[in-house]
Amino acid sequence: MEHIIIIGNGISGVTLARHVRKLSDKKITIISAESDYFFSRTALMYVYMGHMKFKHTQPYEDWFWKKNRIELVKGYVEKVDPASKIIHLANNTTLSYDKLVIATGSKPNRFGWPGQDLPGVQGLYSKQDLETLEKNAPNNTVCQRAVIVGGGLIGIEMAEMLRSRKIPVTFLVREKSFWNGVLPKGESAMINQHILAHHIDLRLDTNLKEIIPDEQGRVKAVTTDKGETITCNVVGLTAGVTPNIDFLKGSGITLGKGVKVNRFLETSVPDVYAIGDCAEQHEAIDQRRPVEAVWYTGRMMGETLAQTLCGKRRAYNPGHWFNSAKFLDIEYQTYGWVFSERNKEDHEQHFHWRHPKENICITIAYHKETNRFLGINTFGIRMRHEIFDRWLNQNKEVDHVLTYLKDANFDPEFYTQYEDAIVAKYNAEHQKNIDPKKKSWKHIFSKA
Amino acid sequence: MKTLQHIGITLFLIGLGIFTVLPFVGTFKVDQTILDQVIADSSIKSDLLINDLQTQVAGNEFNGVHHLSGIVVTSLENANATHRKNKEYKKIVYVKGRDLAATIAKKSGSGFIAGNKGLMWFLTFGLGIIGALLFIVPQVVLLGPKGIKNDGIYHQSSTNRGWIAWLVFLFLVSFYLVLYFRPEYATNWTYLVDPISESLSGNPAGHWFVYGFMYCVVMTVMAVRMYIKYRHNVYQTVRTTSVLFFQIVFAFLIPEIMVRLQMPYYDFKNAFPLDYDFFFQWNLKSLLNSGGIGIFILFWGIILTLVIVPVMVYFFGKRWYCSWVCGCGGLAETLGDPYRQHSDKSLFAWKVERWLIHGVLLFALVMTGMTLYSFFSETGTVLGIKTQSVQNVYSLAIGSIFAGVIGTGFYPIFGNRVWCRFGCPLAAYLGFVQRFKSRFRITTNGGQCISCGNCSTYCEQGIDVRAYAQKGENIVRSSCVGCGICSAVCPRGVLKLENGPEEGRINPTEVLLGNDVDLMELVNKK
Repeated sequence: MEHIIIIGNGISGVTLARHVRKLSDKKITIISAESDYFFSRTALMYVYMGHMKFKHTQPYEDWFWKKNRIELVKGYVEKVDPASKIIHLANNTTLSYDKLVIATGSKPNRFGWPGQDLPGVQGLYSKQDLETLEKNAPNNTVCQRAVIVGGGLIGIEMAEMLRSRKIPVTFLVREKSFWNGVLPKGESAMINQHILAHHIDLRLDTNLKEIIPDEQGRVKAVTTDKGETITCNVVGLTAGVTPNIDFLKGSGITLGKGVKVNRFLETSVPDVYAIGDCAEQHEAIDQRRPVEAVWYTGRMMGETLAQTLCGKRRAYNPGHWFNSAKFLDIEYQTYGWVFSERNKEDHEQHFHWRHPKENICITIAYHKETNRFLGINTFGIRMRHEIFDRWLNQNKEVDHVLTYLKDANFDPEFYTQYEDAIVAKYNAEHQKNIDPKKKSWKHIFSKA
Repeated sequence: MKTLQHIGITLFLIGLGIFTVLPFVGTFKVDQTILDQVIADSSIKSDLLINDLQTQVAGNEFNGVHHLSGIVVTSLENANATHRKNKEYKKIVYVKGRDLAATIAKKSGSGFIAGNKGLMWFLTFGLGIIGALLFIVPQVVLLGPKGIKNDGIYHQSSTNRGWIAWLVFLFLVSFYLVLYFRPEYATNWTYLVDPISESLSGNPAGHWFVYGFMYCVVMTVMAVRMYIKYRHNVYQTVRTTSVLFFQIVFAFLIPEIMVRLQMPYYDFKNAFPLDYDFFFQWNLKSLLNSGGIGIFILFWGIILTLVIVPVMVYFFGKRWYCSWVCGCGGLAETLGDPYRQHSDKSLFAWKVERWLIHGVLLFALVMTGMTLYSFFSETGTVLGIKTQSVQNVYSLAIGSIFAGVIGTGFYPIFGNRVWCRFGCPLAAYLGFVQRFKSRFRITTNGGQCISCGNCSTYCEQGIDVRAYAQKGENIVRSSCVGCGICSAVCPRGVLKLENGPEEGRINPTEVLLGNDVDLMELVNKK
């Protein structure tokens, strides 16, 4: 029986294992040094905040793995030897494979800051990071201030976590406005305000210079490039992540930033594959990045590779881009591509609407000449994935999207709806006369 | 703000403390006229019991109802035993000893409590309400900007099965045990609400009136908490208002007013088989003897169960009843909200649920079948089994212990919907309709789920919502009561409760939206 070994029990590896099991009777082994069972990394924050217990982050009950004959090995892979198809674990055992899948995810970036390895300095990625944070910052007596470095999604999550225990937080963001490499300026500005409203000391356009230890060697302060010294007990390093692939150095597998793979998720070595955060495409797929550290893409790669491993070789061919996040109380969804001013091309035009009082706004991107709808960012309004996916498939024009925007609304029942206000603003700005159509189940569920 | 909360919790505990002490104190002075009246009203024919009561009770003053109750219960048991031995069947007393004690006590209360009903109401209910509101209302400020407010739920003793939760559990269970099995201890409580009862129905309050009034008060206060906690979520606000309205108006006020108008006591929204004694002989007789309104109620009760309930479930899902109208649901969604995370999500619990709830439905239906057979054929037994005994077993085991003591008493330990999930026969019936013939579903938003598990954690019905959402499947489960919390706590906007076309409602998927279109078609084809 063919033996598939998957290194890493995150969403990519586990999705792959589940699909392989559905399609075949192959022997499957998942190796992880992080946890006994698969858990949802995105939910770690809720454990610290007391919304959940750790066991609630585990999507499958413990019996699931045995029942589906997915063998779980807890161990750290030190070395891969593709020539003899053997992997070496840290406890000096070896396992041999027929197919090997690398799904080891990411690790937090550390950019060589002085003091970055001091006790009290940590990232927030793994289960161990969560446990460390629980020790470093159990309450606001032990941790009287935390400094978070890096204005991305993990940074703002970590700030929210610490604020849930009333720990003062200073948030150092390199950019002039939060996440403005991704978000257009109107949205980025709204998030800046929201961060401040949550009593987070947001320092834009500020870089970390040095982390300073106290007499015991623990962190006691940081200095910034603005010449300030901020006293703190914890430093959170959340300036992005990088593929977790150091153990593959010298294995003969071609590495770049991540494990280099072709469109079939095959590495340079036969029978070795890579999926998820740690995989790096030779060439980026349409407007995506070569390394995509996103939950959804990890899952999609798992879904795809399972077909290949079970005899139906398939290219990884993701559909339209989508993503979501939550910035403190503000939910964010995106469908298609909306680029920030920094990254957008000339033909990409934006229409922006923001609620006069609430934290609600949308940005619709469309092609300046053809009026083709390119994508939407939505904050504080939920929208239907299927509808936007369909409109993107059909290359609909922006006017069509606005006309039928009510079909796309996914907010709970009784919520105030803003489509009329949105379309009114669009009409005024573009001297148009679009009449928004009423929500129609027929439109929503039509497959065409 | 914190100070206000501390004052609030202190006042609340004082009120609760006085309320808790009441069953054990008070003076009960039983004079001859009271005793004669009770004996006449209860048509007691046992000379032994009457003699005992005359010598041991009449003219005496009791401190605390337990002394009185002890004598009455023992005398009644002894008298009945003797009558049975002597085959004096006509003399056997069928009133329960504790009910008789409660009746005597109610009439004979004297002293401070019975004499100062208004003041005592204020010292118990009044302090409780003011204290609770002082604790709850500052949350408007303390909770910060509107949004999901679940911080610390698993850190606090009260909501994480800590010692406070166990104390609440102990209190609730004891309260229900008194209510169902030791009504005489509730006598002092009835005095507190006598003025309210008299203004509504014209009668002094019994212990069930205390319960009904308290139910409304608790729901109202905890509804304020809901409004504050979910102030960003209009669905929760509207739903809470609805469930509160139906409790206060339909379950509490209308039945009391009907009594004043010489009509039968009836809760128009309480549908059979949750209202399990609707077809019991005494109820049918009482309805048939109440003229037009009685016939109307009989007709309405049958139409409600056979037509209104299923048709509404078809259009809106069982939520229209379970989380918008029902009294049990109303308490669960207000008082029970802090405990919703304790429902067991395991597959094992789901199996237990299906056996139990359908078992209770079957029990209720068989019992009702026997009841109706007995009613029309005017026999007391069906196939040699006494209908009355089956009814008694159901009333005790399901009606009192399961629905009351376990259903509510176990809130802090097993979550707020134990009865609704494992026991309610009406929920089982609604569930069939919802699962097989309804427009209701919780739509999963394409591929947006990140498996975080907030939805499953906060599902009061123990549905593993995530198991469906992470596969891109809609949630169509018979047990879903449509409270809408899964959708509220979802950080990525994945879930939406909606009523739509039946086609495509159930949509099994393996590969989620967002991936290769060909692959999705290949794998999702079933």
